[in-house]
Amino acid sequence: MRALLTRDLMLAIRAGGGFGLGLAFFLIVTVLVPFGVGPQTELLSRIAPGILWIGALLACLLSLDRIFALDWEDGSLDLLATAPLPMEGIVSVKALAHWITTGLPLVFAAPVLGVLLSLPVPAYQWVVISLAVGTPALSVIGTFGAALTVGIKRGGLLMSLLVLPLYVPTLIFGAEVARRGAEGLGVQTPLLLLAGISFGVIALLPFASAAVLRINLR
Amino acid sequence: MVLCVRDLAVTRGGLAILEGVSFELAPGEALVLRGPNGVGKTTLLRSVAGLQPPETGTVTGAEDQIAYAAHSDGLKAMLSVTENLKFWASVFGLSDIEPALVAFDLTELRGRMAGTLSAGQKRRLGLARLMVTGRPIWILDEPTVSLDVASVALFAEVVRGHLHTGGSALMATHIDLGLAEARVLDLTPFKAAPRTRQMDEAFL
Repeated sequence: MRALLTRDLMLAIRAGGGFGLGLAFFLIVTVLVPFGVGPQTELLSRIAPGILWIGALLACLLSLDRIFALDWEDGSLDLLATAPLPMEGIVSVKALAHWITTGLPLVFAAPVLGVLLSLPVPAYQWVVISLAVGTPALSVIGTFGAALTVGIKRGGLLMSLLVLPLYVPTLIFGAEVARRGAEGLGVQTPLLLLAGISFGVIALLPFASAAVLRINLR
Repeated sequence: MVLCVRDLAVTRGGLAILEGVSFELAPGEALVLRGPNGVGKTTLLRSVAGLQPPETGTVTGAEDQIAYAAHSDGLKAMLSVTENLKFWASVFGLSDIEPALVAFDLTELRGRMAGTLSAGQKRRLGLARLMVTGRPIWILDEPTVSLDVASVALFAEVVRGHLHTGGSALMATHIDLGLAEARVLDLTPFKAAPRTRQMDEAFL
């Protein structure tokens, strides 16, 4: 299991691995939004938490189809399936590797890029906290989508359609935490719901992902 | 551990292609599957490897005993020869990759990225992976594709060594490996009879 995680991280960092793809996309979105909205600092700071969350979500979505596609193409997925690792473990490790290479950098980048969107000061900590709690759910749900569409040529569109509705609850509660934090309101309820979604999908979805992967390997 | 296949029927793309296949493979034995293209050699091997459930019949003795080598080698282009082998060794709970490197004459290539190897060198690396699994039953699908004569001899030597240490090998191949002890099973007689299309009519 640890070998698989190390290998995936090593592959992500090496040339052509796609590390930084999500981060670069996130950067582009947050840099371009102020140009599009215009010089209205007040409006910008009101929409900033939502923009940061949407940017993070799309950045995650962008790199999802790589989770299994590369291993499928070169045959490693077949070989992993006959290895002594449980399939549930393989999909969990894949999701973890995706989170470390995509979700985690976004958590650290968000406060820096928040400056560009004139994010209100009290919101900084809540944006970081909500992203830290919510992005694991994005990776795990995305791994499920990637497992569903593995082996389909150009399956990216289908996967986006399947995954986006599943992302909506995470987006709603994540952005709500950041918004309420920005306005100085209590964040307990949306934060607990966000954490509930994350823990729920981490506990349950790997079984579903492993099941569909086994079917797709036939 | 005896690999025992009983009355196996397999399908590809929903069509039955082989039925009634039975054989046993004891430690120290090698079995070569023959048959024309499309007869179902790969599908049969995938079923035995547990990647695809058989239509009917049973496969016993394969669970956690097999090492499968498919058409594609499962190599990562951006990892070096050593890193690729080390990864598979640690997945299977082993660590010593030196014998595999030596057996397939890869010691001089160890630092090279797998993506820069030639087709034959990649194949050799893919086959070297079998040696770091520690699994007794090797399932080989066209193992000699893109190997030259010298490499085929290397490979035959490795398989012979594996058989002598109590392992077994089930392979689909067209060329003669020079393994005198290998039995040959021709799959042509097991070709499934064309069925009436009762299944499809339910959807029409």
